[in-house]
This record gives sequence, structure tokens and C-alpha cells, in this order.
Amino acid sequence: MRKVAIYGKGGIGKSTTTQNTVAGLAEMGRKVMVVGCDPKADSTRLLLGGLAQKSVLDTLREEGEDVELDDIRKLGYGDTWCVESGGPEPGVGCAGRGIITSINMLESLGAYEESEGLDFAFYDVLGDVVCGGFAMPIRDGKAEEIYIVCSGEMMAMYAANNICKGIGKYAQSGSVRLGGLICNSRTVDNEKEMIEELAKKLGTQMIYFVPRDNDVQRAEINRKTVIEWNGECTQAGEYRGLAKAIDENTNFVIPTPLEIEELEQLLLDFGLLEA
Amino acid sequence: MLLRHTPKEIADRKALMINPAKTCQPIGAMYASLGIKGCLPHSHGSQGCCAYHRSTLTRHYKEPISAATSSFTEGASVFGGQANLIQAINNIFTVYEPEVIAVHTTCLSETIGDDLPQIFHKANKEKKIPEGKTVFGAPTPSYVGSHVTGFSNMVKAMAALAEPQEKKNGKINIIPGWVEPSDMAELKRLADLIGIDITMFPDTSGVLNGALTGEYSMFPDAGTPIEDIKASGGAIGTLALGEWCSADGARLLDTKCKVPCSVLDMPFGLNATDRFIDALRTLAGTTVPDEVASERGRLVDFISDMHQWLYGKKVALVGDPDQLIAMTEFLVSIDMCPVHVVTGTPGKKFEKRIKELTAGMDCEVNVKAKGDMFLLHQWIKNDPVDLIIGNTYCKYIARDEDLPFVRWGFPILDRQGHQHFPTVGYMGGLRLLEKITDALLDRKDRDDTPSKFELVL
Repeated sequence: MRKVAIYGKGGIGKSTTTQNTVAGLAEMGRKVMVVGCDPKADSTRLLLGGLAQKSVLDTLREEGEDVELDDIRKLGYGDTWCVESGGPEPGVGCAGRGIITSINMLESLGAYEESEGLDFAFYDVLGDVVCGGFAMPIRDGKAEEIYIVCSGEMMAMYAANNICKGIGKYAQSGSVRLGGLICNSRTVDNEKEMIEELAKKLGTQMIYFVPRDNDVQRAEINRKTVIEWNGECTQAGEYRGLAKAIDENTNFVIPTPLEIEELEQLLLDFGLLEA
Repeated sequence: MLLRHTPKEIADRKALMINPAKTCQPIGAMYASLGIKGCLPHSHGSQGCCAYHRSTLTRHYKEPISAATSSFTEGASVFGGQANLIQAINNIFTVYEPEVIAVHTTCLSETIGDDLPQIFHKANKEKKIPEGKTVFGAPTPSYVGSHVTGFSNMVKAMAALAEPQEKKNGKINIIPGWVEPSDMAELKRLADLIGIDITMFPDTSGVLNGALTGEYSMFPDAGTPIEDIKASGGAIGTLALGEWCSADGARLLDTKCKVPCSVLDMPFGLNATDRFIDALRTLAGTTVPDEVASERGRLVDFISDMHQWLYGKKVALVGDPDQLIAMTEFLVSIDMCPVHVVTGTPGKKFEKRIKELTAGMDCEVNVKAKGDMFLLHQWIKNDPVDLIIGNTYCKYIARDEDLPFVRWGFPILDRQGHQHFPTVGYMGGLRLLEKITDALLDRKDRDDTPSKFELVL
């Protein structure tokens, strides 16, 4: 089983990209489990056709520690297992600790066991690696490959670089590696070239360039992944391409994060900043 | 030689503490809370914290310490402790019926960001706090400061309960700092002798040195009534004893309720007690009564009678900043030499103050705030002393180095008496001197050769 974690700046489209890609993998016959690591618990909405999921932490809170695997996972599109870690209400408690608790619980319940026959486990993690809790999926023995969703916007690239620092820290002592950058296009000038260059400087690859297409939003309104909503459209093909690229990927590295000046220079070189 | 691995050579250490000279913030907060009449301390965190803090106080005061806990589980750590605390408030008022619940936080609840005022507000809105009862609290994360900080934070939270009063009530607030129940009783006795009407908070006398009557009372009939604390905003002045323990609370009363404050040293020893008595006398606008003057005279007499045994003796001190400052001044004043002084509580001011107090001595003085007992031991190995004064943990050093040892401070886990016999004031000074001379002369008697062994000393 390959354990994959998706990181990236908040609002960049991690959950959308993850679910659409998982749909692609499911279509290829892969058995996938998606673990949403976001207190909002909206990482499996498209696969499940709505927010129909009771989160691990809600279950823990209501039923105590006597939780069974079937209480917290649901089958979604293409027989993917969907799990939401959940978390506290905004402004209280500790979401980071929530992720640690819920991943530990999934492990102790045997969600990753051989007998479950999983090909992939995907962790969809909120935002940046802000604290130890959000790094839980990349600690030793958890996710081994990371993909960072980014775009050609400065802040997204900055976040990607920062996440690489987090990966670097855990990669020294464990098996976690960076599998590549997924460019979720914001139709910025020279976007593809710039992200390819950023990937190169980080020591990795741009594994796929996902163009911007309103079909994604249309599918979302219908609470579906693009592939389920309209498998014939161009964007469905793009997600199949990304799924295939991840399925066939063998390029795993310990990233080499950039200094901030280097990152600024990259933007200059690609003509976004006034000299 | 239990500490045989302590090397004489001192290496520079940045990260490692060995045998720390401090403990958790909530222990201080819990002790302060017990000085309020009918108060149940409540620990907002996991059960283990509360159990440790209670047992440490029990071991020192030899009294059962009751305290409640929010009993954090994995779930509470993630979702926040609000539900647990509100449930706890409800249970406590239903089952134990205290007048006051004094909540202190823990590392866990501080780190996940639980906001006590917001939780109290909600508990109040949901009518979980019965009419006339008080719930208040203080933030006490143990990774900041020490047990002294926790005490100070809780005292400050008490001061925050005071409301500005239009009419002054003519009383004086005394914030005693973390001293023994016996010391608090002694402070009240002195104020009474001088004829001054005081509100002292906290006041653990009668709470943690109570009598064994055969009947258990969860809330002894002692401690500062919460109404008195709330009315302390109407006092004409506040005397805060100890910069570390009491100044924050006194200053809050000053800014919030316009009660002017003076921060004094804790009244241990001759000079510090003189200043305390003088402050009381000035506030009362009276002269020092004969009884107090006579007590002072007895202390001076003892000092002059025993001076030959005290003169030039080197002392190592460990404890809390306010106590050590007063003790250092006292030792210097009787021609003893406090050469090594360590506290685990942070504060650069502490080092500066000790340096000032010992400036006139003709020997080198080592002083460290945020230090540990390992360093103290190393200093002693390099520059031996005649006496150690400190808490029970010093017994390991005293045994290894074969040194006379006077137990004083917190915690004292292996001897009794501290909660009954004060060391503040002139009478307290006499007791300190008795202990010091006993220790020194017992050693002399043990070590003297037969020809030097004297009947009369």
C-alpha cells in the first residue's frame, strides 16, 4: 500500500484535487482510502455526495474510546473508503492534537491492515504544516510520499517551499519523501514554466499541470467528482492523467527548500515582478 | 554518596536542568487558593497534574489537600475543556458546596488555548454558578516561571475580584506571599499588636495547620472570606510582602481600585522585620508597642550572645526569590557569609539584589536565578561552606558533603514544625537563629577533639 499525503496553501484546491484524483485512481481499479485531516471535515464531500460523514473525533467524543472501524468510515464513489478526522469548533481546542488522535485511532483499529487490501491511503491535510499535529501524516511510518498542490501565485509557492522544510525535517529520520508538485492552475503568466523551475530547484518534479476549468465548480455544485459528474469532459481526462502520473511515479526525493531571495528571484525571472 | 556523579568542574550548561530548584505553577496556585475561606481549588487539566500538586502540598503541610480536576481526556484535549469545566462547576457546587471555586490551568489547557473567562461567562449564563457563590481563575502554565509564579498569578486573580469602592473602609491589605500558615498567623498577630485593621489574603493559617479533632471538615473555618477580598478595593493601602509572590496582585489593586501599595521584602530577619513593623506603624499612625519592641530586643540579644559562633560562617542557600533575599540580608547582618545562592525561579532582578546585599562582604558570592541544585552542589565542592539552608532536597548534598543543614522553605517533606512555628517577624528570627546555632554547635560538638569539647558554649 502506498501512503500519500497532500499538502498545500489553504484554498489552493487540495481537497478538490485529491478527490478528483482518487476518483481517477478508483476508475483504474485501485482500492483507495481517503483520510481528511481538516477540522471542517469536508475532504470527502465529493466522493460521498455530500457531507454525510461522522468524523472520527465526533465518534470518539460521543461513544468514548470504544469505537469500531465501521463507525468512522464510509464507502464513497468507486468503492473508496472515506474517513474524516474532524476536529474542534473554530477557535477552541487543539486541531493538531485531533489529527494525531484520529490517525492513531485509525491505526489501532486496523484501517491500514494488509487484509483491507488497500492500494492507496490519501491524507488530505489542511493548509500549512503549522504545528506538530499537522505534521502527523508525515511522521515516520505514516505517509511516505507527499504531493504539494500549488499555483504560480507567490503565496502558494511560498507555502510549498515552507512545507518542503517540514518534509525535510522528518525525511532526515524517516522514510517520507516528496513525490512532486501538482500545479493547480490559476492562469498566471508563465505558470507552468515557473512551477517546473520551482520543482527543479526543490529537487523534485512538477508531476502534473491541472488547467483551470469551470467544470470543476459545476461538478462541486452537484457534490460529485468531475469523473463521476461527466466522465467525458476534458477536465475528467486531466484528472485521469494526474491519477496515472501518481500511480506510475517513482521519483521520490528529500526536497531542498529555497531561500526566500531565491524564491523572489524566480518570480522576477518569470516576469511577474517589476524589477 | 548518592550524588557521587556530581563533578567538581563546572561546565557551561544551556539546555539541561539537574535537580531543579523549583516546581509547577499550579502548586503555588493551589496553595494560594486554600487561603480563601470555603474554597475548593480546581485544576483545569488532566488528572495526573492535580494528583501531583495535591500530594506535594500534602507531603509538606501534612494535611489532606482537596482539589477538583477537569479530568481531561484525549477528547477534551482536542475539543477544548469547556464542557468538562462547566460540568465540573455544576458537580462541585452540587456535591461539595464550597463558597468559592478557584480554577488554575495546566500546561495542556494553556497550550490548547482554553479561555477561562469565556468559560466562566458561559457557566454563569447557563446558571451553573449558584447565587452568591464565586468562581474565578488564573492561568498557570508550568513551562513559564515556577511554583512562585503560580502563587503570584492566583493572588493577582484574587486581587482582580476586588471592586473600586467609593468609600474607603480604613483597612490595610496585607498580601503575605508564600509563607507558612504559622507565618501568616504571626503576621496577623503583629498587625493586631500594632492595632491595625487588616485584610490578609491569602491566609492559610488554621487551614493547613489545623487541629486533629476527630471530625473531618472539607472546608475548615479559616481562610480569608471572599467578601473581604472583594472589599479589599476599599482599603487605604496594601502592603505586599515579596516582589515575586505579592507585587503583581498589589499593583493590580493599585491600578484598578486606586489602593496605593508598598512592596516590601518578606519580613524574615531583623532588618526586613524592622521595615515591615515600621510600615505598619506609619500606616496606623502610632508608635511601636512595647511588646513588639521587646521581641526585637530579644532577637538582638540572641544575635549578640551567639555572634562568636555565627561570625564568618559560610552558608549555601537554595529556595524561592523572596525568601532568599530576606535571608541573605539577615545572614549578612549577623556577619555570616551567604556565598552560594540559587533559586530555580527566573528573574535577573534576583541576582542583582543578592549582589547588592552581599556587596560589603569580603568574599566571592555565587548567585543564580533559574539555576539548579546540581550547580549549587558544584559550587559547594569548589568553595566549601559551613551550613546549607534550604528545602528537603538539600539533604542529599548535606549528606554527601557532610554539612550541617537547616530545613527552611518549600517543600519540607521529612521534618515537621514549620507549619506551627513561624520564621517571620522577630520571634521567627529567634527561631531561625535557634535552628542555625543548633546545627552549627551540634557539628562543633560532634567534631571537637576531647580536649576541645566544652560543656559551656
